[in-house]
Amino acid sequence: MTWRLLLLLLVLGAPAQAATSPGEMLRDPALEARARTIGKELRCLVCQNQSIDDSDAELARDLRRLVRERLVAGDSDAEVLGFVTERYGDFVLLKPPIRPVTWLLWFGPAALLLLGILLIAAYHRGRRREAPAPAELDPAERARLERLIAGDRGA
Amino acid sequence: MIEATHAPVRRRPLLFILPVLLFALVGAFLAIGLTRDPSTLPSALVGKEAPPFALPPLEGRDSHGFARADLGGEPMLVNVFASWCVPCRVEHPVINRLAGQGVVVHGINYKDRPEDAKAWLAELGDPFRRVGADRDGRVGIEWGVYGVPETFVLDRDGKIAHRHVGPLQPRDVEEKILPLLEKLK
Repeated sequence: MTWRLLLLLLVLGAPAQAATSPGEMLRDPALEARARTIGKELRCLVCQNQSIDDSDAELARDLRRLVRERLVAGDSDAEVLGFVTERYGDFVLLKPPIRPVTWLLWFGPAALLLLGILLIAAYHRGRRREAPAPAELDPAERARLERLIAGDRGA
Repeated sequence: MIEATHAPVRRRPLLFILPVLLFALVGAFLAIGLTRDPSTLPSALVGKEAPPFALPPLEGRDSHGFARADLGGEPMLVNVFASWCVPCRVEHPVINRLAGQGVVVHGINYKDRPEDAKAWLAELGDPFRRVGADRDGRVGIEWGVYGVPETFVLDRDGKIAHRHVGPLQPRDVEEKILPLLEKLK
């Protein structure tokens, strides 16, 4: 039973684990928290789809250390991110900044959705307009219809 | 009611062209996006001045070290290498040949032990004019290095004109590096 509990705790705890080792952490918990937030926003360039906070790669560790150095030196969060972006480019940011070149990326999906909705709306409106109203029955048809209904009831 | 389905449908060319246009657009994006090599990242430093740095010498090689002040004057290469890096070994003869042709090449020895680096250069040849030892990789970060080997082409003013990630192949040298160096002269 104990090992099951342990396994459960391990699985539940897994997302909370970061690659940051205790030795790297800053004494000041507030500063360390900021370092962690920044670390989550920076891409590990070796593994590319992990943040430096999650990655065990050496470069990620170096960058984590760098982030902490800058914070201790008194940089703001934005200044730290700027420092890294200056050297590694926007690609190092896991969340790309909103700029004219990234407008398509940020607003493209919403624009496509809107376009889809507009097209569907236009299509339905067009169909309703195109379908002609059913012609009125002439007296002969009406008489036949009456007969059929009466026959139905009679059966 | 049956006639209704036979009613002539008004043609709206836009409705037919639009999907085709969308397909072409998505196709174009994918054609560009999927054929790019995701491991070579755009460099933030191309077109900019080389970062300021001053590296200590590789122990036992010489006593110069390698610093920002060594850059400029003529077009040159800066090669980031390490003895533990296998592709560097593959690349090294190419660098040797370039140096043999009179191209100035400086080296940044990235996160290496001096004795390993020295043995490596003794075995494979030492094409570098200056070598700096970047033991903790801090200067590598200044250069935006994320993997070794990397090679930078600098112009006469010490500006970064080109960056090559990964081992230089003879073809890269023929097609890119040499023409670029010629142009920068």
